[in-house]
Amino acid sequence: MPEIAAFNAIAAGIEPEAEKVQARATLAGPRGRKPRRALSGRNIMVYGTLIVVALYYLLPLYVMVMTSLKGMPEIRLGNIFAPPLEITFEPWVKAWSSACTGLNCDGLSRGFWNSVRITVPSTLVSIAIASINGYALANWRFKGADLFFTILIVGAFIPYQVMIYPIVIVLREIGLYGSLTGLIIVHTIFGMPILTLLFRNYFAGLPEELFKAARVDGAGFWTIYFRIMLPMSMPIFVVAMILQVTGIWNDFLFGVVFTRPEYYPMTVQLNNIVNSVQGVKEYNVNMAATILTGAVPLFVYFVSGRLFVRGIAAGAVKG
Amino acid sequence: MENVSVSVKDLSLSFGAVTVLDTLNLDIKDGEFLVLLGSSGCGKSTLLNCIAGLLDVSDGQIFIKNKNVTWEEPKDRGIGMVFQSYALYPQMSVEKNLSFGLQVAKVEKTEIDRRITRAAEILQIQPLLKRKPAELSGGQRQRVAIGRALVRDVDVFLFDEPLSNLDAKLRSELRVEIKRLHQSLKNTMIYVTHDQIEALTLADRIAVMKSGVIQQLADPMTIYNAPENLFVAGFIGSPSMNFFRGELQLRDGRAFVHANGVDFDVSAYPSRGPFKAGQKVVLGVRPEHVRVDEALDGQPSHQAVVDIEEPMGADNLLWLKLAGQSMSVRIAGQRRYKPGTAVKLSFDMAVASIFDAASENRL
Repeated sequence: MPEIAAFNAIAAGIEPEAEKVQARATLAGPRGRKPRRALSGRNIMVYGTLIVVALYYLLPLYVMVMTSLKGMPEIRLGNIFAPPLEITFEPWVKAWSSACTGLNCDGLSRGFWNSVRITVPSTLVSIAIASINGYALANWRFKGADLFFTILIVGAFIPYQVMIYPIVIVLREIGLYGSLTGLIIVHTIFGMPILTLLFRNYFAGLPEELFKAARVDGAGFWTIYFRIMLPMSMPIFVVAMILQVTGIWNDFLFGVVFTRPEYYPMTVQLNNIVNSVQGVKEYNVNMAATILTGAVPLFVYFVSGRLFVRGIAAGAVKG
Repeated sequence: MENVSVSVKDLSLSFGAVTVLDTLNLDIKDGEFLVLLGSSGCGKSTLLNCIAGLLDVSDGQIFIKNKNVTWEEPKDRGIGMVFQSYALYPQMSVEKNLSFGLQVAKVEKTEIDRRITRAAEILQIQPLLKRKPAELSGGQRQRVAIGRALVRDVDVFLFDEPLSNLDAKLRSELRVEIKRLHQSLKNTMIYVTHDQIEALTLADRIAVMKSGVIQQLADPMTIYNAPENLFVAGFIGSPSMNFFRGELQLRDGRAFVHANGVDFDVSAYPSRGPFKAGQKVVLGVRPEHVRVDEALDGQPSHQAVVDIEEPMGADNLLWLKLAGQSMSVRIAGQRRYKPGTAVKLSFDMAVASIFDAASENRL
């Protein structure tokens, strides 16, 4: 083989390999991959900024965690940045099971389960309906689809507060005011514009020929949705799920307006604990209760964060 | 009407104010390979989608096998379709891709297996059946896409630019394979492309389209040698036909096209009617119908200078200046000319084309 290479080289008007190596050794100057310094000015700028910003945002969390692990006497010393001298989980237990909101003293646990009972059905129903909406709008351009879509999008820009009183009346008239079902319906409706937009854009970004091929294959509306579109759209479903879980879990306004105290979601109860005026302010319990309430969206985000980013990116490229 | 497979009658389609197809008529014979050829936006894919039933027509009728299918769903039309982007279902294996349509149609399991085995055999994709589309190369994917149309056991195959996403080598390979498939299956095939080589090599008949209107419908050799109008003449052939705008003159019993000071003797041209003196015309000559430094019986020669030479291996393309414009000539590959060389050109007028300058139709 080497002689063939040499012949080829000669044929191509290049010097044979051996001479080339010699020539190479004498050639000075940069060669190969350009070296990069770890501590270049650019790197220091970028990482320095990132670290400072990260610390700035983590500081409140640090204070919350530290405070929640201290007893009240230690908090009264006023050193909010100091780590606890004596670690206690008492405030966490109290926040969960015995902190008082108004008259009853069973902590956040009741609010937690209420929130679960609100979030899970609202998320599932709203995603199910919105994905079918988006699919129909993107692939089955029915008469008046554009008008329907415009109305839906306009809905996304109307402030919620404007609609609260009318919705109260509507719910009262149909006998659902103050019930969990009523709140779930409200959440589902308010999630519709943005979720439909999300799904429509994602489905519109999928190759149209796939849809055509399925139609030639004889698949109808539901077969195409369940067997072609759904399996291809997992990232966008995860995105929608995160949006809905965080949105509905963190909701305060609808929870306090449309339900009775026994159905208050966790956020409303948290507010009632933190803002209760009787007795001393138990900062450690308040901090623990706040972290507990925020833990669920945080957990959902961390578990599915990777899929979330992938789904958003995919939507950005195609939509 | 007996051997007509697909028939399009007075088909019109408009999106709002834009008319894409206007009262188009087309009859395709049983077992015929028809190519719809045109540049992008000419309505050829739209026409195919109308035949497939993927687009609702504004007016007119479509018959497949003498059955009016104008209002039928795509699945009830007896068609299989192959798309440019393959359109394989990404989450299903090749086997599932092939069987999906049959499952939807509730075909028996043993029958599904039989058809998949047959299609896989014809297209030589047996080793790929368990794989996902993402694990296939472009050529393999398009083979599977053809297989998906094959298992449906249909009368008419529709191809929507099936080779446009492939590289040049695969494209020519698969082109031959589609031709072989057509010869063995003898189904009616309608094939949309913008590639004239595909059209000329595959078609029994070509329909050249421009802005929703069929310009010429004929077999490939007629399209190439006797284009019906200036558009078809310019669209088919690479490099393009040489055009000379001029005026017809009749002298001493001979006919000339006088273009920019040069007289082309067109007495040998097989004209459809008598020439009228003074008529404004366009003379079209294909690059291979010009002789360089070779006398042609009864044809005067013209002096020209070689401008650029493009050797292509098998043949050699010369760009020259004549009658104040650039023109190309195709000669054998081993004959080489340096730029600046003076040459003598003779035109083979028996195979040239002459068009009326105003109507752009063939004379």
